[in-house]
Amino acid sequence: MDSVLPPRVEDMAMECGQFSAEGSVMVWATVILPLPPGLLGRSCWLVRIAILAGLFLASVARPASPAESEHFGIPQVKFINEQISSHWTDAGLKPSEAAADGEWCRRVYLDIIGRIPSLDEVRAYVADSSPTKRPDLVDRLLGDEFIDDYARNWTDVWSTVLIGRDVGNEMVSRPGMRQYLRRSFSKNIPYDRLMEELVTATGVNTNRKEADGFHGAANFLSGKLDENGVQATAKTAQIFLGLQVQCTQCHNHPFNKGKQNQFWELNAFFRQTRALRRFSGTRDIQWIELVDEDFPGEGGNAEEAELYYELRNGLMKVAYPVFVDGTEISRSGYVPRTLEGGEGIGVNRRRELASLIKTSPLMPKAIVNRMWGHFLGYGFTRPVDDLGEHNPPSHPELLDGLAEQFRQQSFDLKELIRWIVLSRPYALSSKATKGNHRDDPALGEKPKFTHFYLRQMRAEELYESLLTATEADQSRGGEEAAKKKDEWLSQFITTFGTDEGDDATAFNGSIPQVLMMFNGDLIKQATNAGKGGFLDRVANGSMKNAGKITTLYQSALARNPSAKEVAAANEMLVARKGDAIGALADIWWAVLNSNEFIINH
Amino acid sequence: MSSRVDLPIGMNRRHFISHLAGAAAMAAPATAFTNSLRANATDLKKRHKSAILLWMGGGPSTMDLWDLKPGAPTGGPFKQIATSADGIAICEHLPLMSKQMHHMSIVRSMSTREADHMRGRYSMHTGYVPNPNVEHPGYGSIIAHELAEQVADLEIPPFVSIGSGSVGPGFLGMTWAPFQVDSNGNVRNLDMGIDPGRLEQRLKMLATIENKFIAEKRGGSAEDHRKVLDKTVKLMTSKQMEAFKVMQEPKEAQEKYGSSGFGRGCLLARRLVEAGVPFIEVDLGGWDMHADIFPALADRKLPELDKAMSALVSDLADRGLLDDTAIVWMGEFSRTPTVNGGGGRDHWARSWSVVVGGADFNRGVVVGETSSDGKEVVTEPYASQDVMASVLKSLGLSLETTFTAKNGRPMKIANSGKVIKELFT
Repeated sequence: MDSVLPPRVEDMAMECGQFSAEGSVMVWATVILPLPPGLLGRSCWLVRIAILAGLFLASVARPASPAESEHFGIPQVKFINEQISSHWTDAGLKPSEAAADGEWCRRVYLDIIGRIPSLDEVRAYVADSSPTKRPDLVDRLLGDEFIDDYARNWTDVWSTVLIGRDVGNEMVSRPGMRQYLRRSFSKNIPYDRLMEELVTATGVNTNRKEADGFHGAANFLSGKLDENGVQATAKTAQIFLGLQVQCTQCHNHPFNKGKQNQFWELNAFFRQTRALRRFSGTRDIQWIELVDEDFPGEGGNAEEAELYYELRNGLMKVAYPVFVDGTEISRSGYVPRTLEGGEGIGVNRRRELASLIKTSPLMPKAIVNRMWGHFLGYGFTRPVDDLGEHNPPSHPELLDGLAEQFRQQSFDLKELIRWIVLSRPYALSSKATKGNHRDDPALGEKPKFTHFYLRQMRAEELYESLLTATEADQSRGGEEAAKKKDEWLSQFITTFGTDEGDDATAFNGSIPQVLMMFNGDLIKQATNAGKGGFLDRVANGSMKNAGKITTLYQSALARNPSAKEVAAANEMLVARKGDAIGALADIWWAVLNSNEFIINH
Repeated sequence: MSSRVDLPIGMNRRHFISHLAGAAAMAAPATAFTNSLRANATDLKKRHKSAILLWMGGGPSTMDLWDLKPGAPTGGPFKQIATSADGIAICEHLPLMSKQMHHMSIVRSMSTREADHMRGRYSMHTGYVPNPNVEHPGYGSIIAHELAEQVADLEIPPFVSIGSGSVGPGFLGMTWAPFQVDSNGNVRNLDMGIDPGRLEQRLKMLATIENKFIAEKRGGSAEDHRKVLDKTVKLMTSKQMEAFKVMQEPKEAQEKYGSSGFGRGCLLARRLVEAGVPFIEVDLGGWDMHADIFPALADRKLPELDKAMSALVSDLADRGLLDDTAIVWMGEFSRTPTVNGGGGRDHWARSWSVVVGGADFNRGVVVGETSSDGKEVVTEPYASQDVMASVLKSLGLSLETTFTAKNGRPMKIANSGKVIKELFT
């Protein structure tokens, strides 16, 4: 009889109903599924009332599928909701139910500040009954309280976008790049300024006392100027304009409209720029200085400084700086200076490029697409940085509209984040339904966002979340901690380029990564039952066994364990013959290694 | 088809607990293992193709090893010696290899364009020039991928990199990533440090949580995770992991290969070939000799290389494995014919040598020629993709295969390189 009764009503309301939709599913299952014969007759009326009361509380506490009208008074959120749901209607799809409170909380912490919420944080959120608790939490995550986490997370994201994960490039200082990004995100500089600084940076790429003029943003281009800057051209176009031009280095693009001359005309903007190696003392490279110098032109006329490129048939063609929309700038290769007579000559080609990017309609579209992809798993195009007629977006009016709004809000990234995370699609459960399971971008379909798409955590998120879950986060911050993190990351991330802006929607794990999670030092520390550690505190706390197991689940997975999981956990305890803390360590090991932990859902 | 060794204790491999009992079985003496391997060797020979890449990190001066110009102003002090292959002479400091050259061939007409370490390494491993928007797979990932059917029963990874990491799987995906071990065969993080019974408990609990999440039908990545977990558990408990225990080789074998990291790495490579691993890369670094190159080569590097490489080739030949194992020896580029002011040589990609052997390659052949000072290739020049095409052909793999990169672009295998015709009848 015990196995079919739901948990006590009070427990359910506090823990199950609000914490997990799954808790209420349990309740429904016990009532709707046929009880063993005779049980219904035998169960007393008190029990049946208890069941119904529980149901009631559960359904009241469980968030229903968010209404379209729920936009917290923010017009951009309303716009997103309307656009997304009109596409659902057109496609004949119905959205899934809302994500459970704990799920949504975990999701938004991960996506904004790159770590799961702590046990206290998630309990506080779930217990909060204010109708504005979502915008309130978002305000806090975007505010001063979490400024360090926020800056660290977006530094991680943008480092990978701008300079990849490769650590071997002696032309790039990763610490220098990170320092610049951290400062920029701490100050929430507008995105157009971020772009401009990255595109036009000059100066020294690492912060050393021997060298003046440190500008960490120089690390974006410092490693991309080989071979006349073809990588600089390709990456700048890809990241800031959403244009894939790299194929057109050698020939017209096979299926988009890009032409070879357009590649080289864009490349011309980088011809004044040099990455100079500066040594001090020994022969080892100490730092790189990014400078703009006069470009004399390959024909020798600096006033009309041209470059030549080769067609496939061997003919040489000339190129001057022309932007992707056809705008031409001065052909002078001189960097700006004033002559003796007072005449000003020259032009800084990269500065011109930055202003042209800023006014291009592609610029806000590219960033909106990328940010949407960050939060919702897929952008409106795939890949996120390939815009054009050949790759029509799934939601063109939404993309255009949001891009326009972003520009009008002075490219404030935090505003854009706010609109996305308070939207209805972001609030949905990841459980597909019969009505929408064919909305599956993993099968190549255009995304309709009828349910949240699963995503694997990035390595940095996983690391930070492990620290949080095991309450090792007091050791966060400072050089020692940063070194430890870098060591762990370099072991975990194979530097084989598979995560440069790739969709993380497929689990991308390798055996060595799993081995690290199974047996590595961090996990060994986390499952260490030593005095004063997290497990010790849980084991010696005043809760009953069920409460301790629940604490582990809430800490890592932001939900309660199911009855089956509690039973399995109790079995562990029996197997350990009363070694409670050892059993907890084993359960904790399993929780931290689970797909549910490592996946953002 | 099976590369599985018969378990001495007759366990039912399928039962979960028996996996864990494998920890005890791992204490079985090496001779039992190698004896069973030898018994299976004939089977293996018929069924398994393998390739070994001996990667010479830093850019070895091939003019001083395989294509000497004694008497030329650029020639350096080394003399050449005759070898077991008619008409081929190599450096005097490779006496042991000189007795194995009848198994090998030298391509003296390599001419490539990447003289930067990173770029050279990438392009020699992948057949492509580095590209900001595509990650190309390297030799190991490609060959492991193409030999996938062969490795259906392999519980250890199909691409093993001994020493520092190789180049990665790129768009082929993490399944084909190199599995790194050190030259002692140690796998990082392999051991949980708890008893098998407790491991079983943990794995059962893990399965409970995993299956619950999968049953909620939230998306494919939940199941993908489960698959990698299963592979990892198989690896941790597999009898095939014995192959990594290079230190269990008899003393004579260890001495034959030499006690250097590279020597042990080559011995480990032989064991892995016997276990059915399709691709092994063994690293030997330290070739970037911008100063004092000749003593460095004569006293240290060449003896180390000579011992290990000759042992590997002769061992594979003796065990009847060489006809199914391709061997490739190369670095990211070579070194300048002109000796610099510090008595060293600098980076040089314009004219250099690669050495291949085994598998379906013609043996004892020299392909191409350089000028008398070594500065130019005077016959048809070959590039990275041509070597790759030739290696694939030597293993009987198709050159028509086309992959699709993540951006949708079709990528011909071996970057449409041309087979070096002199290497094949």
